[in-house]
Formats: sequence, structure tokens, C-alpha cells
Amino acid sequence: MKKIIASAIALATVSVAALPATAATTLDTVKSRGVLVCGTNPGLAGFAMPDDKGNYTGLDVDVCRAIASAIFNDPTKVKFIPLNAKDRFTALQSGEVDVLARNTTWTQSRQSELGLMFTNVNYYDGQGFMVRKKLGVASALKLDGASICVQQGTTTELNLTDFFRKNNIKYSPVTFQDADQTVKAYDSGRCDAFTTDASGLAAERVKLVNPSEHIILPEIISKEPLGPAVRKGDDQWFDIVQWTGFAMLDAEEAGVTQANVDAMLKSDDPGIKRLLGTEGKFGQTMGLTNDWAYRIIKNVGNYGESFERNVGEGSPLKLARGLNQLWTKGGIQYAPPVR
Amino acid sequence: MTQAAFVQQTLREAQPAPRSEVGILATLRKNLFSTPLSGVLTLLGAALVVYIVPGMVRFLFTDAVWSAPDGAKCRVEGAGACWAFIERKLPYLTYGSYPVSQRWRVDVAIVIGAVLILWLLRTTAPRRNLAAGLFFLVYPVLGFFLLHGFPLIGLPVVDTTRWGGIFVTLLMALVGIVFSLPLGIILALGRRSKLPVIRFVCTIFIEFARGVPFITVLFMANTMLPLFVPDAYAPDRLLRPMIGTAIFGAAYMAEVVRGGLQAMPRGQFEGAMAMGLNYTQMMRLIVLPQALVLVIPAIVNSFISQFKDTTLVSIVGIFDFLNTIDAARIDPVWDGPYISTTAYTFAALFYFSFCFSMSRYSQWMERRLAAGRNR
Repeated sequence: MKKIIASAIALATVSVAALPATAATTLDTVKSRGVLVCGTNPGLAGFAMPDDKGNYTGLDVDVCRAIASAIFNDPTKVKFIPLNAKDRFTALQSGEVDVLARNTTWTQSRQSELGLMFTNVNYYDGQGFMVRKKLGVASALKLDGASICVQQGTTTELNLTDFFRKNNIKYSPVTFQDADQTVKAYDSGRCDAFTTDASGLAAERVKLVNPSEHIILPEIISKEPLGPAVRKGDDQWFDIVQWTGFAMLDAEEAGVTQANVDAMLKSDDPGIKRLLGTEGKFGQTMGLTNDWAYRIIKNVGNYGESFERNVGEGSPLKLARGLNQLWTKGGIQYAPPVR
Repeated sequence: MTQAAFVQQTLREAQPAPRSEVGILATLRKNLFSTPLSGVLTLLGAALVVYIVPGMVRFLFTDAVWSAPDGAKCRVEGAGACWAFIERKLPYLTYGSYPVSQRWRVDVAIVIGAVLILWLLRTTAPRRNLAAGLFFLVYPVLGFFLLHGFPLIGLPVVDTTRWGGIFVTLLMALVGIVFSLPLGIILALGRRSKLPVIRFVCTIFIEFARGVPFITVLFMANTMLPLFVPDAYAPDRLLRPMIGTAIFGAAYMAEVVRGGLQAMPRGQFEGAMAMGLNYTQMMRLIVLPQALVLVIPAIVNSFISQFKDTTLVSIVGIFDFLNTIDAARIDPVWDGPYISTTAYTFAALFYFSFCFSMSRYSQWMERRLAAGRNR
């Protein structure tokens, strides 16, 4: 019996070890498959969500559509695999998805231990608080003795503990299994405050019985840089995903939009020429065509357009650009140039 | 001889029942207030009804929003269930992400399936053998090409990751139910077989499937399988839980059927053998028809639980009906305090209506088949 188990383990190890040897580069795999496989959130308003027709839309979804545009010049050549928080890293490690764009926080341990590489940040998030106006609190530091509704088992819960310990304030956490229960409990007056990522707070506020009776406090108590991730060990694929994000930012900075991108092809600006591929061979060095960025902007739009459409003023969420504004306009979104 | 004057010639007219035994009051007393305990329970029940029903009617009907372009009307204070949301999302809830231009294929598949099922279920319908053949042999193949695609005849391939909604729930349930009964019967017979190898294999299979929670197998299939099997050979994400439900359903069904077989008197087997029937004939003509009738309630019980178990696949990322409900209710356009309540009420109605009809059909079937014993 022991022998059987031992040989089974050996076989499993061999077959796992044999996988990378037989696997081609990710780009080749994607090209021969004819479709990009993208791991997304099964449903998070503004980031990844099926619309009335069942098509996925959102800020994270646009990342995948942009990559597919760069490779195939067709934003619909994406297969979305909805992943749970638990499954998401396994799916990427095992090669079931080519890229993970699932509002995943870039942390040190995820990069060093899990064998993932985060390519860039497509949304700077951070944890915030919501309270009732009639509580008369204007700062999170005044929440002394408050009861706070929080979802259990998340980094949110950990950040909350850290924040109150650091500032030496007393509070009592009221934890719930899922996000929905947490909001419901806060709404029914079970706690004084409710905490989750700032983008989530805005989305959840609409669900309250009287949204106008609540305010979001200015403090952001944690850093949650969200971005797409790829497997370690395929630098070309890393480049493609990273520069897809950068190209969308560079396009916004240069004023290239979905609407004017065709006109911009005739631009004399050397920066725009290099970006859109009318000059140089920048796409070829990544295994793509030289008009890779043109395809992205044409099919998906620049970062600002994607932001406004999915989470900004053009969407019901109406999130402010904040940190996600370009560096030239007071935010921290900064992309290296195509040169 | 004169007749004795005191002899009654005609029947005396019946007296009306005492007033305490007729009328509404008497019925009430007899049925609702016969003992102090029953009186208290009646009052408690009535109080509960008064407490719950008006609120429910108000929420579900009078205050409900029946049509609206977006969630604004449903967010107004005092608004009840937001049926407009369900109306708008119904296509998504039915087909998931199936491409809009191809949805007629799902409709066709569902209609054909429904016609065949009705044909099979109506005991008086003609040529049910033909229906069975079509349903069990032709329909699966036809359905596969219709739903998945057949580019040669102009049906583009629709990847299973885009399937979803009620359609996937029905599909999962149908596959599970259709495969589990025949497979279960084979396993049950195998477990009672006189050949040790067959008996051993069947027993191991059944015990293994029953000894592992379904949810862990789903997780295994989705997180472990891709690690062991190269991407290209890994079974489809929708197929994995489908195989899982069929195997699990079969294992439970096998035990149900075995219960029926064990309840058969020995004389039935002996009688059949004495008539010179071989094993197949004995089982097909004598034993199984009686054994299965005995366990109809248990069979339908496992069908119903299988139907509800299809919701488990949502945890591995398959967009069954419940999962599409979950995805639809987060839409910020419709966000409101009662969207989730409305969505889950709708889901409850859907599952209840299906399970309840299954149960009613089985009761009718039971009465019909047991007619012989009730004489």
C-alpha cells in the first residue's frame, strides 16, 4: 500500500514538474487558442459584472479586453472565468487563466510566496468608513467606543484592528460572513459605523434605505493597490500585460481617446507616433504588432474613459478619480513612456 | 282484528341535529377549539397569520414596483418588492451570458425537451417507447450540438463559460436526474450481485461517493484537476460538476433502489425463476417494476434534492440560476434596499414551483401504480 501511495505521489510530482517543460510561452498559447482566458470577479459593481445582456463590463474587465485587443484586435476574444477569492491564485498558478484581473491587492507576500507578478495598478483603493450623519462624527479618529460592522476573514478586518490599535481608540467589531449581511446590519442600526474599501462604500451606500442620512469619512486607513497579475517566469507575457495598462494611461495623458484615435494617427507629436505605432517597432519587441496600442485605444479607450464609464461619473457608482487621477492632475497614476 | 292503536305506522321524522352540532360555530369548535390546547394553538396560529400576511401582501403586491426603467422608483421610501428589476433582468436570469443572437437555440432545446418530457410523463400518451428513445438517445446529442454549436451547419460554437441562468440549472438537474436513475439501478443490482468482483466494485463506488461531501469533490475538480491534467485535456468547467452530480446522484439512488429490492418477498424471485425466466427477464419483468414502485417517494426525494443541489455549482463559478441572481442583484443601476430581497423571493418561488410539481407528479404516479394494492 505504501508503495502505491509513494508511486502515485511520484507520478503526480513528475507530471506537475513536466508541465512547464512542455508548455509554450503564454503568448503562443493564447494565440493558438484564439482567445484570452481571464480570471475575474464573479460580480463586483464597477469592476466586473454582467450587464442586462450578460456581457461582462467593468474596470477589471476592460484590462482583459485591452489585452485581447492588443493581441487579436478584437475585445470580444476573451473567455472570462469567474473566480472566488479562494480559487483565484490556484487558477493562475495552474495555468487555467492567462491573467488574473480580479480586484486583487498587490502585497509583498502574494508576489514573493505565490509565484505571481503584479504588473501595474489599475485602481488605487483604500479602506474607509461610513457613519450616520446624526452621529455627528467627522473623522474616523472620533469613533471612540463605536461599534463597527465589518466582514470577517478579510484584510479589512485586519486593517481595522491595526488602525484602532495604532491610534489607541476603543471600538467593538461586529463581524459578518458576507458583504451583504454586513451592510444590512449597519442599515438596521446594529452598529455605528461600517467599513470596507472606499470604492465599496460608495457602491453599498446606494443600497441603504436612506442613503442621504449617511456620510463617508475622509480617512483612508489602508493601502489597497489593485491590479492584474500574471505567473512568474514568462517575462514577455508580463511585458504585454504591464504595457497594456501603461498604454492606456499614456494615451490619456497624451489626449488620445477612442473617438479621436484615428485622427491622432496623423499627429506630428513624436510621443503619440511611437505610442500608436506610426513610428518605431515597439510592438514587435513584445511579440505583438506595432499598432498594438492603437488597437487598445480603438477598442477599449484610454484609462480615463474606462474609469468614467465603469466607476466614475458616467456610472451609477460616481466615484471620484482621487488617487487614480493622472500624475499631471494631482493623482498618482503615472506610466513610463513608450520610447 | 283491529290494529293496535299504539303501533306506529310510519317512520318518525328524524329530529334535526342538536344545535351544538351544526353550523359554523360547531365546525369551528370541533376543529379548532376542541380542547384548551387546540384553542390556544388556533389563536396563536391566527395571530401569526395576522402578523405576517398583511405585511407580506403589502411588500409583494400593493407596494411593489411593477415597472420602472431603473432602480430610482424602487429606492423611494415605502416601496416594496422591485419586480421591475426581475422583469429587466429576466433574460439574463434565463440565459446567463449566452449571446443574445443565439438565444433561440436555448429556447428550441428547452421546448423540445419539455415536449419529450410531457410525452413521457403522460401515461396515456401514445408511443411512449418512441418518446423514451428520442429523449434518452437522440435528445442529448441533438441538444449538445444545438447548445454548444456545430459550425458546419451555421451554428457558431458558444463556449460553456457563457452558459448560465435557469437554462443551466435545468440542464444540470436534467443530466443529474436522467443519469442517476439508470446508473443507480445498475449499481444497486451490482451490489446485490453474486459475483464478488462486481459486488466489490459497486460497493466501493457507492460508499466512496456517499462518504465524501459533494462540495469537496467540486472544489477538488476545480482546483486540483487543472494542476494534474494539462490545460488542453482538462474537462470543461461545466462538465466537471455535471459528471459530479450524475455520480453522486447515482450513488444515493443505488441505495434507494437497493432498499426496494430488499423489500421484495423472496417468493417473487423464486416464482420468476420457477417460470424459467433468466436473470434479465426476472429483474425486468417481475422484480424491478414492483421494487421501484415501492420506493417512488424516496426516488422523487432524491430527485428533488438533486434539483436543489445544482445550486452548489455556483461556488465553483458556474452561473446557475442562483448565481445569476447573485450577479444581477449587485448591478449599481438597480441598487436599493430591497433588491436582494426581491431577487431571493423570486429564486425561492422558482425552486419551490419546480420541486412542488415534482412532488405532486410523484404522488399522482404513486396512487396510479398502487391501485392494485388498494383494492
